[in-house]
Amino acid sequence: MTLFIQQLFNGFALGGVYCLAAIGLTLVFGVLRIPNLAHGSLYMLGAYVTYFFLTTVGVPYVAAIGIAALVLFCLGILLERLVFRPLQNSPHTHHMIAAIGAMFFFQAVAQAIWGADFRRMETPISGSLHILGAEISAQRIVIIVTAVVVLALLTWFIKRSIHGQTIEATEQDRTGAALVGINPSMVAMLTLGLSALLVTIAAGLVAPINLLSPTMGDSLNLKVFAIIILGGLGSLPGAIVGSFVLAIAETMTSTYISSAVGEVIAFVVLVAVLAIKPTGLFSKAVQR
Amino acid sequence: MNGLKNPRVIGTLVVLLLLALTPVVFGNENYIMRVVTVGLCSAIAVYGMNIILGFTGQLSLAQGGFFGIGAYAVGLLTTDYDWSFWSAFAAAVVGTAVIGYLSGLIALRTKDEYFAIFTMAIGFIIYLTISRWESVTHAHSGVNNVKFPEGGGILDFSTPTAMFYLVFVVLLVTVYITFAIRRSSVGRTLLTIRTSEDLADAIGVSVGMSKQLAFAASAVLGGVGGAFYATVVGFIGPDAASVDKTFEFLMFILVGGMGTVAGPLVGSMIVTYLFEFFQDFQAYRFIVLGPIIIALVIFAPRGIVGYLGGFVDKRNRKKRVEAARSEANSKSSAPHDTTDASASTHAERTK
Repeated sequence: MTLFIQQLFNGFALGGVYCLAAIGLTLVFGVLRIPNLAHGSLYMLGAYVTYFFLTTVGVPYVAAIGIAALVLFCLGILLERLVFRPLQNSPHTHHMIAAIGAMFFFQAVAQAIWGADFRRMETPISGSLHILGAEISAQRIVIIVTAVVVLALLTWFIKRSIHGQTIEATEQDRTGAALVGINPSMVAMLTLGLSALLVTIAAGLVAPINLLSPTMGDSLNLKVFAIIILGGLGSLPGAIVGSFVLAIAETMTSTYISSAVGEVIAFVVLVAVLAIKPTGLFSKAVQR
Repeated sequence: MNGLKNPRVIGTLVVLLLLALTPVVFGNENYIMRVVTVGLCSAIAVYGMNIILGFTGQLSLAQGGFFGIGAYAVGLLTTDYDWSFWSAFAAAVVGTAVIGYLSGLIALRTKDEYFAIFTMAIGFIIYLTISRWESVTHAHSGVNNVKFPEGGGILDFSTPTAMFYLVFVVLLVTVYITFAIRRSSVGRTLLTIRTSEDLADAIGVSVGMSKQLAFAASAVLGGVGGAFYATVVGFIGPDAASVDKTFEFLMFILVGGMGTVAGPLVGSMIVTYLFEFFQDFQAYRFIVLGPIIIALVIFAPRGIVGYLGGFVDKRNRKKRVEAARSEANSKSSAPHDTTDASASTHAERTK
């Protein structure tokens, strides 16, 4: 039972990380209609930039994540402007191929700067809490709390603030949004920036638990895609539910069956769900 | 499309001829021969991708996985189970056909982005299976000493040149199949699906079945490419099935030109050369190649062959316009003739 509770918390922490990564990706899909395959490499860069500010520059942990998030926000905007904007009228395959090009580029850059070796990020948050007899590391608690806070802020931003509302409007109807005076290009840049920012927060939070390497984004990339496909592309509730479902499935199967099964479970769930409902759990009517 | 006068056919033949002469020039340089032969194996798999991506417009990211299945089928059966190469090869073909068909049953319920990501998940499941199922696939220690194809006492495929020609012949068959598909009603059916699935459905094309067959065919070609890759290289690891492999194939097809007959081959050769050229930089090569990929999709989305094909089309159009004009002039200036000519120009342009 203790093990179960422990793993449940680990699952929630992992779910929080997936959630922050998946929400950005699903927002980008909603607004730009692009599956951004470079998302995992933004996560990787986010982790490295956080690492850079924390160890090389030496600012405090929270500030390092904040600065890294801003840097990645700008990078996301650049990515939209330089790569996806020129392709906005091309078939969807071209976006994916361009995103793959960007992904390889980011990985090569990270490797050129920080090398291919694994790096460990020290965190000021140490110690652990005892809940119901299980020992939960403080870092995981921080992840869960931050994920909830960021999600609440994001919901507020999208539902209440004017810039957030433009995102939702564009997602619902691009032409309609343009007609009422929203600039879809600005919204596209904002959305990609936002997704990079969110994924950086996820990366900064989880980096002290995992190791850093230029290919660290690869498996996350695939899992996050599994999550948003599972939830239905472009659906925020779908992304949240999908994240926690897959994260808990993953931690539970790796604990009780084997780590190899844990790694593959996300995709097995995905195949099973799509076999029954090809548009995902929370799909909306997607406009073409 | 009258046979040898078509510049496209001539271009394809020239490329094939140049390739056929490679061993004459580099016959003694084993390393170069091997690199080129591996490039040919990839090209076969890329032709498979071309069928589903180029012809039906659906991006399948499982190709690396099928390549891996082909490679591992041959690798494991010829070493651990001591089969002959050709029987293992047949098993690889049957295996990828079955797995391709079955995964297509589910994958093709989805389309566009869903299909792409779903097939990527299939590819990743295949990769994980190969890299984790240690008791069967030896996981990361890989498979060593994969057998050479048996020549039946007449031919000896252990020399690089003979191996090259073997793979080359298989590639020729693949190119011919692609060409035949493109010309046949099947090809036109697939191209109709690419243009509009709803339209295809409405005019009585059985969309599901056609896509299913295209997907299975692309999986089989992926498996064939992988099977020969295993025997050419002699050693395979889980990397042969990785998603990166798929991305590599994607780059080949993009550089060459999607949906063309010569594109995958040209792309494979050029990118293989680029990879070798940047060999010394190892992982850093993507600092250069990444932006090149992006620039290619933005500025030359039809690839090299598609780009050259554009010239051919333009020239043909010009010829036809001129022919129409001179005809109009010779008919001694009836005013409606010129409008005919401009109308035909317009029709050509809107094509």
